[in-house]
Amino acid sequence: MADLTTEFLGIKSPNPFWLASAPPTDKEYNVRRAFEAGWGGVVWKTLGSEGPPVVNVNGPRYGAIFGADRRLLGLNNIELITDRPLEVNLEEITRVKKDYPDRAIIVSLMVPCEEQAWKDILPKVEATGADGIELNFGCPHGMAERGMGSAVGQVPEYIQMVTEWCKKYYSKPVIVKLTPNITDIRQPARAAKNGGADAVSLINTINSIVSVDLDIMAPNPTIGDKGTHGGYCGPAVKPIAMNMVAEIARDPQTHGLPISAIGGVTNWRDAAEFISLGAGNVQVCTAAMTYGFKVVEEMISGLSQWMDEKGHASIADFMGQAVPNVTDWQYLNLNYVAKAVINQEDCISCGRCFAACEDTSHQAIAMSEDRVFTVKDDECVACNLCVSVCPVENCITMEQVAPGQLDERTGEVVSEGYANWTTHPNNPSATAAE
Amino acid sequence: MASSHQASGIQAGRLSSQDIVDNFGDLHPAYDAHEASVAADRCYFCYDAPCMTACPTSIDIPQFIREIQTGTPEAAARTIFDQNILGGMCARVCPTETLCEEVCVRETAEGKPVEIGRLQRYATDALMAKGGHPFTRAASTGKRVAIVGAGPAGLSAAHRLAMLGHDVVVHEVKGKSGGLNEFGIAAYKSTNDFAAREVSWLMQIGGINVKHGDGLGAGLTLDALKADFDAVFLSIGLAGVNALRAPGENKDGSRDAVEFIAELRQATDLSTLAVGRNVVVIGGGMTAVDAAVQSKLLGAENVTIAYRRGQDAMGASRFEQDLATSKGVKLMFNVMPVALHGEGAASEIELEYTSIVDGKVSGTGETLRLAADQLFKAIGQTLEGQPEGLVLEARKIKVNDTGRTSVAAVWAGGDCASGGEDLTVTAVAEGRDAAMDIHSSLMG
Repeated sequence: MADLTTEFLGIKSPNPFWLASAPPTDKEYNVRRAFEAGWGGVVWKTLGSEGPPVVNVNGPRYGAIFGADRRLLGLNNIELITDRPLEVNLEEITRVKKDYPDRAIIVSLMVPCEEQAWKDILPKVEATGADGIELNFGCPHGMAERGMGSAVGQVPEYIQMVTEWCKKYYSKPVIVKLTPNITDIRQPARAAKNGGADAVSLINTINSIVSVDLDIMAPNPTIGDKGTHGGYCGPAVKPIAMNMVAEIARDPQTHGLPISAIGGVTNWRDAAEFISLGAGNVQVCTAAMTYGFKVVEEMISGLSQWMDEKGHASIADFMGQAVPNVTDWQYLNLNYVAKAVINQEDCISCGRCFAACEDTSHQAIAMSEDRVFTVKDDECVACNLCVSVCPVENCITMEQVAPGQLDERTGEVVSEGYANWTTHPNNPSATAAE
Repeated sequence: MASSHQASGIQAGRLSSQDIVDNFGDLHPAYDAHEASVAADRCYFCYDAPCMTACPTSIDIPQFIREIQTGTPEAAARTIFDQNILGGMCARVCPTETLCEEVCVRETAEGKPVEIGRLQRYATDALMAKGGHPFTRAASTGKRVAIVGAGPAGLSAAHRLAMLGHDVVVHEVKGKSGGLNEFGIAAYKSTNDFAAREVSWLMQIGGINVKHGDGLGAGLTLDALKADFDAVFLSIGLAGVNALRAPGENKDGSRDAVEFIAELRQATDLSTLAVGRNVVVIGGGMTAVDAAVQSKLLGAENVTIAYRRGQDAMGASRFEQDLATSKGVKLMFNVMPVALHGEGAASEIELEYTSIVDGKVSGTGETLRLAADQLFKAIGQTLEGQPEGLVLEARKIKVNDTGRTSVAAVWAGGDCASGGEDLTVTAVAEGRDAAMDIHSSLMG
C-alpha cells in the first residue's frame, strides 16, 4: 500500500490533500468536519488585521458554468476574506491544531502592505501553533481595490518586500500564494523566492464574469441590478493552473522551489498530474464545495491504487517526474509522425469525428453510406481533434508511424532521428544542423 | 367491487372509476423542465444523425434537442413542426423504439437511447401551451384543393397547402376530425383529448374549411371534386376490416377491435364501458395490443392475444409486447382461430396450433380451447369505398413517391395509399409531400 504521507516544508500531513483557503476553512466547525472526513490539512481562510472585520455582500456570492447534466465545471465568487473577528479565528485555530496535531494547519493572511501591519499580526498567528502561513497575494476582487490581494501579487517588488517582512517576524514556513492574473507567472514566483519564501502556492482565482443575466442585463452573481467580476475556479481552470505550476517548476531560477498546487483538483488523477508537474501537495476547494468533504476519500483511494500500480511507494517517488518532459514548442520532434486509428468495435457511429474533421480540419475521415468512419492516412495530420470530440473514450487513438515506414500524407519515409524547428529549413532563423 | 372482474359476460364497472382513471393515465407522462434538461444533455448531436434518417418526416432531431438544451423549447417545437405539423401526436404515438430511438447511437453505446419521443413532446407541448400558431399563410394563390379524409395525412396536407396560400376544403365523413388519432390508438397515448386539441390548434393556420358528413359515396364523387377543385388529395384510410372466416365469428361478443377502440376513445366515462371477463384478441399488430391492453385496463380478468405466427413476426414492437405482458396480457404465438363456440353468445374460442412452412401458416391439427366471452378481431384493415378508376397496388391506391395517383390532378396518402408503413408519422410525411407536389403542380 502506497504511503500518502506528505512532508511539505517539513509539515507532515497524512495525505497530500489540503483544503485551500476559502469558505470551507472559514470556521472551526467546518475544519473539524474536514479533518474527520480525512483531509490532510487546511489553509485557514484568510485573516485580516485586527479591528472591525470586512463585510460581505448580502446577495449571491457565487456564479457557475455547467457541463452536460448540470455538472459544475467552473465556479466564480465575490466573497472576501474572513468576515469574522481576528480573535475568534485565532482562538479556533489554536483549539483545532491542539486537537489535530497530525494535520497541517496553515493560516492565510492578508493585511495592508505596511511592515507594521505584518509585524502586528504575525506573532499572534505564531502563538496559535499553526504550522505555517500563506500570504494571500491573489484575491482578485474587493481586497485588491484596497491595495491588498492581487494588487500586491501583480507587483513582484511588493511580493518580495512583504515576504521578507514575514520571514523576519515569523519563524515557521512562509508560502506565497500567487495570482494568475498576470502575464508571466515566473516573475512573481521569482520575487517570492528572492524574498525568502519557503514555497509558492498557485493559482488563486482568475478574474471572471461567469455569465450575464439577459433579463436584467447584469453580470452574475447579481446584487440587485449590478454585478462585478469575481474569482474563477473549479475544473475549468485546471489547465491554466497546471501550465503555471509547470512554468515555475521548470524555470531555472525557481526550479526546486516547493509548490502547493491549486486549481480545479477534483479527483486523484488531477492531484497526480499536478504532483508530476512538480507540486509537493495540492489544495482543493471547488470539489469540496460541490460534493462535500467526502470527496477526499476517492482522492485517497484512487491515488493509492494508482501509486501501487505504478510502484510508487511515496509521493516523492513521482513528484516532478513530468517536468523534464515539458518543453517549448520549438524543441518538439518534427520527425514524430502519428495517425488516428478508429476502433470499429467501440465506434457508435455518431459521426462527430467526421463533422469535426470535415468541417473544421483536414478532411481526413471518410464516412461510408452505412456510417462506418475510417481515417484517410494520406490526409491525417494527427491533430487529435477527432479524439477530443469522440464521446467514447479510447475509441480513437493516435498511433505512431514507426521510423522507416511511409507517411502516406507526405509520401516520405518517416525519419529515425530527432529534428525540431530550430534547425528546420523553413525557419528563417534556423541554425544549420551540425 | 374487488371481485367484479370475475363477473361473467360483457359488463361495465369491473373496476372502480378511480382505478380506471388511474389505469388510463398517460403512458409516458410529460417531462418537467429538469427531466427534459437531463434527457436532452444525453444527445451527442450526431453528424447526419441516424435518428433523423429514421424519422419518416425527417425531423431535425439533434437540432431540436439542442434547442431544448439551450432553453428554447419553443424554437425546438418550430423545428419539429416545420417537418411534421402533427409532431405533438407523433411524440405520443410513434413507435420510437423502431424508428428514431432504435438507431440512436446511445442505444448502440449503452442500450438506452436518448428519449427522443418524450423530448419532442416536451417541446411541442411548450409551444402549444403558449397559445397561438407558429405559422402564417402565404398570400392567396386563388387555387382550391379538396381533401377527402381528415386523418393525419389529410390534416398534414391541408395545413401545408393552406400555409402555401391555397384554399382547402376537407371532407370528413365522420362527425369529428383526426382520423385514427381521434378514433384509433390507445387512450393512454393521447390523454386529455389531445387529438381534438391538436386539430383545433392546427386549424388556426386558417384557410381550411372542414365539411363533416361528406365522404366518397356519401354525397361526393371524385369526378365532381375534380371538376370543382384544382387538385384532390385522397386520405380515406382503410375503412374495411378483414374477416376471420371462422365459424361463429359473428356470435354476440365478437367484434372488430378498431370498433371497440373507437368506442373507447369516444367514451366520456370509461367506467361505463363494458368488457368481457375472458377476452381473446386475434392478431399481432398495434391494434391487437391496443385492444388487449385496454381490455385489461378496463378490468377484464383474462386477456389473451392469439397470433398465428411467431413472436418475431409480430407487427407490434417488442416494447408494445412488453407493455402488454406488463399489464397482464398473455401472448400466445403460432395459434390461429378455428371456431367461436357458445350458445348464442360466444363462450369459447377454439384455436389450432400452427407451423410456418415456406413462410406460410399451416395448421398442425392440434387444437385447444380458451374461455372467451369477448373476441376482438384485429387482423388488419382494408381499403374500402375508393373511387373507381384509380390503379391499385397491393390492395391500396397506387401512388408515386410524391403521392400522385394514376389519375391526373388526384393525389393520395396515408394508409389508403401504397408505400410506407401504416403509421401516423408516415401519413403526416405523405400528406406533406403530396401537398408540396400539388403546390408545385398548381404554381408551375
